[in-house]
Amino acid sequence: MTYLTKPTLHHPTLVKNKAGYTRRDYEGKVSTLCAGCGHDSISAAFIQACWELDIQPHRVAKLSGIGCSSKTPDYFLGNSHGFNTVHGRMPSVLTGANLANRELIYLGVSGDGDSASIGIGQFAHVMRRGVNMTYIVENNGVYGLTKGQFSATADQGSKSKKGVANTDSPVDMVALALQLGATYVGRSFSGDKRQLVPLIKGALAHQGAAFLDVVSPCVAFNNHAGSTKSYDYVREHNEAVSRIDFITTRSEITVDYPEGEVVEVAQHDGSTLRLRKLHPEYDPTNRISAMNYIQEHHAKGEVVTGLLYVDPQPEDLHTHLNTAEMPFNRMGKKELCPGSAMLERINASLR
Amino acid sequence: MNTNTSPKKISAVNDFVVKFANVNGSGSASANEMFAKSILRMGVPVSPRNIFPSNIQGLPTWYEVRVTEKGYLGRRGGVDMMVAMNPQTWDKDIAEIAPGGYLLYDSTKALPASKFRDDINVIGVPLTEICNDTYSDPRERQLFKNIIYVGVLSALLGMDAEAIAELIGEQYKSKEKLLKHNVHALQLGRDYAMAKLTCPLPIRVEKRDNIGDMILVEGNAAAALGMVYGGATVCAWYPITPSSSVAEAFINYCQKLRLDTTNKSKYAIVQAEDEIASIGIVTGAGWNGARAFTATSGPGVSLMTEFIGLAYFAEIPVTIINVQRGGPSTGMPTRTQQADLISSAYAGHGDTKHVLLFPEDPNECFEFGAACLDLADRLQTPVFLMTDLDIGMNQRLCKPFKWDDAREYDRGKVMTYELLESGKEFGRYLDVDGDGVPFRTYPGTHPTKGGYFTRGTTKDAYARYSEAGPDYLYNVQRLLKKFNTAKKLVPQPIERKATQKTRLGALYFGSTSPAMNEAYDALEEQGTHVDLMRLRAFPFPDSVQAFVNAHDTVFVVEQNRDAQMRSMLVNELGINPAKLVPVLNYDGTPITARFIIKEVAERAAGLNVVPLRKGKEAV
Ligand SMILES: Cc1ncc(C[n+]2csc(CCOP(=O)(O)OP(=O)(O)O)c2C)c(N)n1
Ligand code: SF4
Ligand SMILES: [Mg+2]
Repeated sequence: MTYLTKPTLHHPTLVKNKAGYTRRDYEGKVSTLCAGCGHDSISAAFIQACWELDIQPHRVAKLSGIGCSSKTPDYFLGNSHGFNTVHGRMPSVLTGANLANRELIYLGVSGDGDSASIGIGQFAHVMRRGVNMTYIVENNGVYGLTKGQFSATADQGSKSKKGVANTDSPVDMVALALQLGATYVGRSFSGDKRQLVPLIKGALAHQGAAFLDVVSPCVAFNNHAGSTKSYDYVREHNEAVSRIDFITTRSEITVDYPEGEVVEVAQHDGSTLRLRKLHPEYDPTNRISAMNYIQEHHAKGEVVTGLLYVDPQPEDLHTHLNTAEMPFNRMGKKELCPGSAMLERINASLR
Repeated sequence: MNTNTSPKKISAVNDFVVKFANVNGSGSASANEMFAKSILRMGVPVSPRNIFPSNIQGLPTWYEVRVTEKGYLGRRGGVDMMVAMNPQTWDKDIAEIAPGGYLLYDSTKALPASKFRDDINVIGVPLTEICNDTYSDPRERQLFKNIIYVGVLSALLGMDAEAIAELIGEQYKSKEKLLKHNVHALQLGRDYAMAKLTCPLPIRVEKRDNIGDMILVEGNAAAALGMVYGGATVCAWYPITPSSSVAEAFINYCQKLRLDTTNKSKYAIVQAEDEIASIGIVTGAGWNGARAFTATSGPGVSLMTEFIGLAYFAEIPVTIINVQRGGPSTGMPTRTQQADLISSAYAGHGDTKHVLLFPEDPNECFEFGAACLDLADRLQTPVFLMTDLDIGMNQRLCKPFKWDDAREYDRGKVMTYELLESGKEFGRYLDVDGDGVPFRTYPGTHPTKGGYFTRGTTKDAYARYSEAGPDYLYNVQRLLKKFNTAKKLVPQPIERKATQKTRLGALYFGSTSPAMNEAYDALEEQGTHVDLMRLRAFPFPDSVQAFVNAHDTVFVVEQNRDAQMRSMLVNELGINPAKLVPVLNYDGTPITARFIIKEVAERAAGLNVVPLRKGKEAV
């Protein structure tokens, strides 16, 4: 079978969200990934997040690089445009797409090989530029698609399936993103839907460069004892700093929070991030202390998860470039061509 | 200061070459340009060229001005007058002067006789001394030295003082003080020359009316303006000589021409981290329906190759301005060549080929630049504007830019919301019109129709994932059909027949044009008749095949070692290689008419083509 289609008949009892879509409208093709692959859980979290946010599916543009992770945009939001670009270069394509039409929601899906190895340069520069997007690295510490070689996020000393130990030090994508100026930075685990879905929702609503590092075990090549990206390892070493709930301006607040540890962060678009701090000393709006905190815990062998940093008033590339409100892809001759009279003036200046 | 023997003196009106040897950053550029432009104002065509090695200590630069009443704008070769202002390159500069030519130098410090040649005419002017006597500020001393030598030259060459004064007036329109100083400096030079030297020399300029409405402009600026007029909104680039000034000119033009009523920008320029990112940004913008371009040179195109391959297969409009130079970064980056033809035409992986346009001058850089944006949209594919350093970085006299206000942008086949609503069938890679070009949709167009997943070749006509052989064949054969469609859409070749029926033909393209036109006249005069065809695009329209068929021997004139255009002709048209005779100039300097005449005449003689009348020897 070369392509898979699913029956798209709607069950009459399927509930619609405020945008008038059923959950099914957010689904895509049937996944071709290995059963149990962490990446599929992340796709499910996207579906959940977009459905809950009442996003019109076709207003999302999905861009990815190359890898098992980068294949996933075909498996959710089936009516949206998607672009499986080249290995490690999704950030530049997303940047160009974003410049062409500032009105869509941009989702960048990548792997640890795609973003931390071949694509680390483009990863760095897209964060520096503050492109308005949600950028997710589905991080399994290996190259899944090419059958299990170490990626640059593999921890030093972690063992491959064949028993070989990785000797290079790891790249921490979260630390990099913070250092490079991302304005929304979180880490989560594909197996922790309760944490992941609100993190994605917050990222989608964020009007700047949002980055999520999601540890996502590869059951085929990196889920054995000795791996630091396995389900068991992450469950044992997960050090969650916060639980967040994402509240849009329209939704009523339904969650009850214990006293004392709740911070509300109002986002630029009017939505609210309601943060339940698990570690009282943790301040998610301070970039420097976030960086320190992560490094300290990393040294102790802990994977810190949650919303690690947010700038509630972010700027994006369009702000920096002072671009017009009208999307470029809607501009025509009237908006763009200076006309023949002006050209005559230019000619005259060249004589 | 003249030497004892009296050398012969080259004598010429409106037909000679002046070369300036300067130190980079000494402010000579604007003075030299003023010299060239004031000859234009006298109605006499000039062709100026910069020569600037990138890698030599002290950074010498040269500026060569060919004064050419007949309007031959190619490089001529040879120097009739050297203005030697750089002691470091003195020996080389002196050696270059033609016997009987002239040397103008700063005679403030005496030089031993061994530093001169006795077959040239030496003209010393104590430039530094004049400056030091007039100005106290060291910067002024340096800057006005340049203007003073322009003043001296203007007297020596019999130039119109008013034309220069007028130019200075325009240049410093709102800067009263600078204006006065410049006019004064010019006058100092002129006065000195009039008083102490024989003016004018046997080489001189005489007023003509040969300029008409022509303009003097760099190809890179023209290409950038083409991007503005053609509706490009996204420019992503990474600096590389000789292409950087395209992006820089685009920025300048946009700042003036592309602001909306709220002073916001109707353009976005990203100086990317490398060429991979540049082309990635352009690809993303093209995919999302904006017109986008990048400007680069050989090493940049190499880096872009993976994306170019993807854009070809995924069928995304992309415009690449390739300002060619000589080879790698430590090759001859500041010299000109046409040596990236094959690497551009076939850039990618798998079976790929791309549309290339070959402008001959800035006017065509503008026109073809805008055309590239239309073609990229119409054909949904990468399109290259193939210029080179010679066109790109030198001011060239050319026809004025033209724009028809009735002209619409050709956005190609785009399925809109309305079309999708009306029930029109959409298959992203479906050949509905038989021209190989499918319809596309912009992301976000319709809630339920027209969405698709973009990838390389693992897809069927409806953009669904497929590794099936027939689906692959459908798409790549359709791409070939599309390439054939391009033949009719690209700028067609231009023929120039010899005055007599001939079995000889010559194909040429791009910056070779002015040298070829000059060579044509000279060859005609010496009785060697050659029909010309100027290629303006790849793929080759059918008329190219017809031209080759109509001749026994066809010279293919190009500026690279491996006869790349000839290979492409053989490869694409199945021409017998023996029929195509390469004429190749590739030392990094622009091709000259002298070179073409010699090569063609020699080979024509070898081919036993008898000249119809006894001609003069090749110049
Ligand atoms: C230029 C280039 N080099 C190599 C490859 C082969 N390749 C495909 S996917 C991949 C690694 C993907 O790893 P990652 O991004 O971590 O994704 P995962 O499969 O683990 O989700 C590689 C090396 C390629 N597609 N392109
Ligand atoms: S190889 Fe690993 S990453 Fe790829 S689909 Fe299988 S489990 Fe997932
Ligand atoms: Mg991986």
